[in-house]
Amino acid sequence: MANIQQEISSFLPEATFVEGTILEVSVPDAKWHDLALYLHDKLHFDYLVSIVGMDWGETLGCVYYFTCTADNSQISVKVETADRENPLLHSVTDLWKSAYLYEREVYDFFGIRFINHPDMRRLFLRNDWVGYPLRKDYDASPEVNPIRLEHEAVDDVTHAIVETPDGKLEERTNTIFAPEEFVVNIGPQHPATHGVLRLRTSLEGEIVKKIDVYCGYVHRGIEKLCESLTYPQTLHFADRLDYLSAQQNRHAVCLCIEDALQLEIPARAQYVRTIMDELMRISSHLLFYATFCMDLGATTAFFYGFRDREKILDIFEETCGARMTFNYYTIGGLMADIHPDFQRKVKEFCAYLPGMLKDYHTLFTGNVIAQQRMKGVGLLSREDAISYGIAGPSGRASGWACDVRKNHPYAMYDKVEFKEIVRTEGDVFARYMVRMDEILESIHIIEQLIDNIPEGDYALKMKPIIKLPEGRYFRQVEASRGPIGIFIESHGDKNPYRLKINSACLPLVGGLDPMCRGGKIADLIAIGGSLDYVIPDMDR
Amino acid sequence: MFDFSIVTHWIDNLLRSVMPGWGALLIEFVLVGVALLLLYAVLALFYIYFERKVCAFFQCRLGPNRVGPYGIFQSVADMFKILIKELISLNHIDKFLFNLAPYLVIVASMLAFGCLPFGKGLQVIDFNIGIFFLIAVSSIGVLGILLAGWSSHNKYTLIGAIRSGAQMVSYELSIGLSVLTMVVFAGTMSITGIVEAQNNGWFIFTGHIPAIVAFLIYLVAGTAETNRGPFDLPEAESELTAGYHTEYSGIHFGFFYLAEYLNLFIVSGVASLLFLGGWMPLHIPGWESFNHVMDYIPSVVWFFGKAIVISFIIIWFKWTFPRLRIDQLLRLEWKYLLPLNLINLFVMVLIVIYGLHF
Repeated sequence: MANIQQEISSFLPEATFVEGTILEVSVPDAKWHDLALYLHDKLHFDYLVSIVGMDWGETLGCVYYFTCTADNSQISVKVETADRENPLLHSVTDLWKSAYLYEREVYDFFGIRFINHPDMRRLFLRNDWVGYPLRKDYDASPEVNPIRLEHEAVDDVTHAIVETPDGKLEERTNTIFAPEEFVVNIGPQHPATHGVLRLRTSLEGEIVKKIDVYCGYVHRGIEKLCESLTYPQTLHFADRLDYLSAQQNRHAVCLCIEDALQLEIPARAQYVRTIMDELMRISSHLLFYATFCMDLGATTAFFYGFRDREKILDIFEETCGARMTFNYYTIGGLMADIHPDFQRKVKEFCAYLPGMLKDYHTLFTGNVIAQQRMKGVGLLSREDAISYGIAGPSGRASGWACDVRKNHPYAMYDKVEFKEIVRTEGDVFARYMVRMDEILESIHIIEQLIDNIPEGDYALKMKPIIKLPEGRYFRQVEASRGPIGIFIESHGDKNPYRLKINSACLPLVGGLDPMCRGGKIADLIAIGGSLDYVIPDMDR
Repeated sequence: MFDFSIVTHWIDNLLRSVMPGWGALLIEFVLVGVALLLLYAVLALFYIYFERKVCAFFQCRLGPNRVGPYGIFQSVADMFKILIKELISLNHIDKFLFNLAPYLVIVASMLAFGCLPFGKGLQVIDFNIGIFFLIAVSSIGVLGILLAGWSSHNKYTLIGAIRSGAQMVSYELSIGLSVLTMVVFAGTMSITGIVEAQNNGWFIFTGHIPAIVAFLIYLVAGTAETNRGPFDLPEAESELTAGYHTEYSGIHFGFFYLAEYLNLFIVSGVASLLFLGGWMPLHIPGWESFNHVMDYIPSVVWFFGKAIVISFIIIWFKWTFPRLRIDQLLRLEWKYLLPLNLINLFVMVLIVIYGLHF
């Protein structure tokens, strides 16, 4: 790390550093794009994990998190601007394509406009929203933003600020869809978007020309809500993000807070958390199988997937008391001990599922039509996967070994033996097979742990009021569809100054357009299904 | 074997004895129409129930089980519901075509339905180009689907309609050619003639390999023709919500729905007529007593039994296979089925010319 610090300071003497688990570099905006270029090309930080918009009172700015995919080292960069009336920062969309959606999100919540970003529209909120809700001086009174009863105008043009070669800034408008294009709204109410995602799709016959993604139909302002809640209260939102990886999401929030408090979690809780995470992953992948087959028209497979997922939900229900939003992990351990039947039932399930998986493959995977629909469709190269930030099973299908469980182990993952499933084809079939194989790996992990759960406390005794020491904390956990990152900036209070959830699903839809271009409508559905996004996770 | 023409002739003579010829004809038309409509509706109800039960068992479910014993009145309840539902009127549609489309679809399937030989002597239209007439009228249906999609003023329905047009026009070829193969074999286009020709064994047994190939092609093309899975692209639920009938409600939607199920019956009926002998019992040349026993089973049972077995196979397709993509669908027809069909037809002609069949 010191090495990187020296390299950066020799390249950019203005840069200042804060050391921590992740090195933080502060640069003025004027030099930011140069540093970004240096980070990307010379230091190979090719994966932009997250852009966290911030309002520090006097200044607005962003904290960027980068990972180098070669050695998994992490770095963060802090850029700020003192101009609150017309905040401008330089865009990095030309280097990391995932920045396209992240910067729009920052613009939406903080009003920071990005120079050279081709498309400065709001991402989650309506175009006629007044104010920027995550700024500390935001006026939340209902008079400012009443419930609007009329439809939002369709936007076929967008605005951009472009820096001309001589350094001047120019406002420009870019066309999204020309008037003569045949634009179809796929969503927000559509059986194959798995929620309320809206894809404005330009078609030529059956062929997809361009997709414009609209998010925010289930935006609940969770990050804003968290700023006024105590830390134990913020946990409850985690289950409601990606409800199919509720346990892992909550694990991420717990880990981030426990890291900040430097807590040592009882071994029993570690074991149970790992088992629960993997059960959740299996249940999510079973649901993926069900809905993906449904998207391709294989309705019977849908029921097979759901039938077996029910068994996991039954196990969850016994221990957690819920089938959907579990509220099971707490800061320092678990909410309750496992049910006496837990171990027996999990073992039964682990013995039962592999046989069923064989059935699944006979019914669907080997089918000629299914193979033709999946193979060679929606190709995503490793470089694109990294640039668009498409991690998780979808990234691993493109040959990118991006499993957080391997790269930055947490809980019991460094003590169990398991394979990271990586395929190189990068098509729909690879994404499908990665998930099906991960089910088996998860069973393998559970089988190693389930008989060895140590006796002892299942939770630490925590004080009712938890205050985090001042600082910025960022922690990732491998959820079912990719890494979920939790960023907390604490100013020493009992509630977070800023809590940002870096969703695994938002980059997935960012990559939808390049993958679908030139394909058929049916391919769009297959690709969407194979990416397996969950809308509440990206909208938050 | 009971010949239903005894009954029909008796009614005919009875009517003619009490009124002039045109009056008798008029009453017969009405009687036949009512009987057909009734059968049409009852069959549709049966098929809806049948498919729901079958797919439920495929999918580890029970299916309808609340209305009546084993849920047998479920589709009656559904029909009642659909009859009393509001017909929602839409803005920006071509009202005339929009309202016309479901009737075109249902009329086409009614006309084709009328051609089927339900039993010995139990047939409405029977003339020397019967099978040709059947193919001709059944292809009117695509017009209704195209109009429905076009007039709805909706992009989804338009895509669905265009898909349907491309699909049905393509697969009409396969159906036509495989029917032609069997017509060559039978040597007649009269439906009664085709059935009678199978007195000494069904065509699928006597027709050598070309008959089997034609049967398989017919099953695939027939499934495509009825817009059922894996060829349900025009109404691909996960892509186009409901395809060409997205905007329809109430009984207009019901017509599309009915026609879909009845087309399933018609396709399986024609398959049983061409390949499995229609209402003809299973006869094996030389086994006189066996043939005699088979004759005791009424012809109506034979026909419906065969049709339902074939429908079951088509339903089985739907609930097993994923959906094809439009280019794969067209490739299957134009690059594989059509050439295969032409060769098959040629082989059949050779077999008939040289008398190589049984």
